[in-house]
Amino acid sequence: MDRRSILKITGTLSAAAAATLAFPRMVFAAYNQKAFKNPKVEDSLNELFGGNASTPSGDIKLKAPDIAENGAVVPIEISTSMKVDKIAFMVKENPNPLAIVADIPAGTEPMVKTRVRMGKTTQVTAVVSSEGKLYTASKEVKVTIGGCGG
Amino acid sequence: MSSIRIKAKERNGSVDVKTLMKHKMETGLRKKKDGSKIPENWITDVTAESGGKVVFSAAFNTSISKDPYLAFKFAGKKGDSLTISWKDNTGKTDSAQTIVK
Repeated sequence: MDRRSILKITGTLSAAAAATLAFPRMVFAAYNQKAFKNPKVEDSLNELFGGNASTPSGDIKLKAPDIAENGAVVPIEISTSMKVDKIAFMVKENPNPLAIVADIPAGTEPMVKTRVRMGKTTQVTAVVSSEGKLYTASKEVKVTIGGCGG
Repeated sequence: MSSIRIKAKERNGSVDVKTLMKHKMETGLRKKKDGSKIPENWITDVTAESGGKVVFSAAFNTSISKDPYLAFKFAGKKGDSLTISWKDNTGKTDSAQTIVK
């Protein structure tokens, strides 16, 4: 082994070490393939929360437009006054309804805001889990141009 | 430049975070002109950390829009550092750090 290849190896090693150092505590929520790649709302809920019995609740605020002109970008906002540990959002008639699951640790406000794709006019549902129970809020969003490709 | 843009501002002990990530968020349902499918490529996980603690994390599906926008609030104060990182289905990651204003 000549000097050149030794240098090369050392370089790669230190680059790898630097990459590890840059993310000292990278903790990602375990990605639940079964819940996300599932065409049925009920099955997704089962995978996520171990049950799909839910109660509609007026304490969940679901902000979404009545009519979305562009289905590729539909702004949504979910907030609640309840003490929750998870917030999920579903678009009923998308190929895979579940769009996002947010973990809310203690100290973080139960609020999440993002933008989703919608294939066509359908019902959207916010699901929150609070002390082992599921609560939902739904709304119908009309879509003029779908955003799921195809 | 990082693919993540973060704005974090404190108001009454609560930090308002707005973030934009640059990512194509390919659904795997779109087709090319020749009929072959464009492979899916999307952000699966996003994590926000402040003071060595995870303050927010989310799992995305392909139905989150291109160049995802995400906003949330956590209990914190001015001067806190905030790190946001994402991971996509191909294993690619990126992260960005900011100081709460």
